[in-house]
Amino acid sequence: MSDEQSFTLDGRRIPFQNGQTVMQAALEAGVYIPHLCFNPEFTPHGSCRVCLVKVNNRMQAACTTPAADGQTVQSETEELREIRRGILQMLFVEGNHVCPACEKSGACQLQAVAYYTGMLAPHFKHFYPRRPVDASHPEAVIDFNRCILCELCVRASRDVDGKNIFAVEGRGIQAHLVVNTPSGQLGATGFSLHDKAAQVCPTGSILTKHRGYDIPIGQRLYDRKPINVVGDVAQLPDRQGGRRHD
Amino acid sequence: MSELETAAHPEQLCRVAIDPLSRVEGHGKVTLLVDRNHHIRQARLHIVEFRGFEKFIQGRPYWEVPVAVQRLCGICPVSHNLAAAKAVDQLIGVEQLPPAAEKIRRLMHYGQTLQSHAVHFFHLASPDFLFDFDNPIAQRNIGGVMADYPDIARQGVRLRKYGQEVIRITAGKRVHGTGTVPGGVNKALTLQERNYLLTDLELMTQWGRHILKLMKKAYEANPGYFTRFAAIPSNYLSLVRADGALDLYHGGLRTKNDQGDLLFDHLDYRRYSQVIREQVKSWSYMKFPFINSLGPEKGWYRVGPLARINNCDFIPTPVAEEERREFMALNNGQPIHATLAYHWARMIELLYATEAIRELLLDPDIFGDELVTRGEMTREGIGVIEAPRGTLFHHYRIDEDGLIEKANLIVSTTNNNQAMNESIRQVAENYLDGKELTEPLLNQIEVAVRAYDPCLSCATHALGQMPLIVELVEEDSGVMIDCLVRDANGKVRESFVEF
Repeated sequence: MSDEQSFTLDGRRIPFQNGQTVMQAALEAGVYIPHLCFNPEFTPHGSCRVCLVKVNNRMQAACTTPAADGQTVQSETEELREIRRGILQMLFVEGNHVCPACEKSGACQLQAVAYYTGMLAPHFKHFYPRRPVDASHPEAVIDFNRCILCELCVRASRDVDGKNIFAVEGRGIQAHLVVNTPSGQLGATGFSLHDKAAQVCPTGSILTKHRGYDIPIGQRLYDRKPINVVGDVAQLPDRQGGRRHD
Repeated sequence: MSELETAAHPEQLCRVAIDPLSRVEGHGKVTLLVDRNHHIRQARLHIVEFRGFEKFIQGRPYWEVPVAVQRLCGICPVSHNLAAAKAVDQLIGVEQLPPAAEKIRRLMHYGQTLQSHAVHFFHLASPDFLFDFDNPIAQRNIGGVMADYPDIARQGVRLRKYGQEVIRITAGKRVHGTGTVPGGVNKALTLQERNYLLTDLELMTQWGRHILKLMKKAYEANPGYFTRFAAIPSNYLSLVRADGALDLYHGGLRTKNDQGDLLFDHLDYRRYSQVIREQVKSWSYMKFPFINSLGPEKGWYRVGPLARINNCDFIPTPVAEEERREFMALNNGQPIHATLAYHWARMIELLYATEAIRELLLDPDIFGDELVTRGEMTREGIGVIEAPRGTLFHHYRIDEDGLIEKANLIVSTTNNNQAMNESIRQVAENYLDGKELTEPLLNQIEVAVRAYDPCLSCATHALGQMPLIVELVEEDSGVMIDCLVRDANGKVRESFVEF
């Protein structure tokens, strides 16, 4: 018997160290649990609920649940896949996610997770919100239509860049991303494409200005292999379709 | 213009609708108003789709537009993609693309011309040539062609497939690819890709020649019918290269009148709005463009394969040029007004596309690594291209942040709107008038529309400017009971006037 602490994930033994969450231990062991608001560089947030797993038969977000010795965790069950698909479908209809015209298509984490969970159609009625694009910044644009409120840009700007440029305003269905200036315009901030906040968006909300579709179809991040093999957008370099640095 | 546009007294007339028009792209209908003695009093081609691209790209980043607007169409998306890309090139201050980028875009475009012309002729129009109008309607489609003429059907499928492969290799996908980027393209060809495309190309050229032989046979079988059916003298508009050659990717605007006299020539297409205006009619979602100096009555024109072959001085590839000369000899070098000649001209262009693809594939520039260039930003960009169905205008204005402020698209089929209406009126007058209407007779109306290869999905791209009409029609008699009209100014009124 080993002294190593472990839990089982879909029947597979996953070792962990004290302080790790189920998500961290699973990813370290090379087992993928779908997620959007989780990024290993930031404090877990638990808001998107896509990483929902059953821990000892109870629904929990894998990114915020501490791993414990002897736990039984289920992730790839049809019940959980169905819930994840539902969550993703709600994300898709709540914003305006027009994959056919989006420059992030093929290298978008939201799209890749949706494919991974088998989401083929939005199912729910679209909200079609009216959200103008903020192109006031000379280097970047923010397309609020594609924001899923993961708050990774909020956390990155506050915790890493020390600029606190982004915030979420409103509650519940009224919650939305804002730029932390009196004008609400990105152009009035000290935002830079080299900021961490410019590199963590899992969708096509924060984009480099004046360019798009640079990577040919067939060579984009998720064109050949799914996200459980390739990994997250934010962790990959530019040439593979990850975040770009000019 | 024909007197059949609007009946003087529509009250007592019977309404006959061909709805939907079959074997065309998109949805449209033709309505006829007929009196008790079977005389046609009114004939109109209505476009009943409603899109909205000009409106909903407002506020979007300019570099996204070529990929977004190509969704106007599933048959010729490359045309919209390239016309918008040319406009975007102007927005970023690019006058001349690197040779590799321009040649790869041209390759993409000729691939699309090939596949689009093939799908129209073989899948949609060939039953009109291969079967009699009196044959059962169930036979007059691509299924009937496959059953009775399997070799021709197979050629159509393979020609289309070849064109789609050219698009896939240059744009990444057969339909709705992303090969163009502001100021260029995102990939060059590899040697392997080039050799793959060369493999079947000679066969495509041979089939192009073969189908022209069939076309000539169809003409010789009944030259009178071919020449007169739906024929209308008209003006013609197209792009031509600086030396007068046929060029589908770039050039200046040339118009000829029905006598073949030049109205304007080598006009910089960025000045299109000075020479072309659009008229709105309350009974169609599609606008009616005309040459400004001639006015809407006389200024309407035709675009597309027939216009291009009538307008150009020569085709820059040998086999297609030989075919052009033979074609133009039909009217001693003067413009040919036969509407069925659109099919013939289209097949000459299909042949030309195979030759142009060969020239490009053998050009070492397509392997180049300088794929993108940039200049100084401007606020307005106009891209014009010869799409398979005719001259296509994309015009965009952006704000200081690079977001689309205004868009105006004049698509190929819209240019032919008046001409298609004139053609169906000619057919109605000459072939239907005074007869009891039967399905084969009504199909002749469709044959006239089909010759133009209209893409009705593309043609109804606008939103906000057009009037909307809702008609309540009694099912049995076809008599209109009520009609609500939303005018261009947005006001809704009840109307019996227009119908």
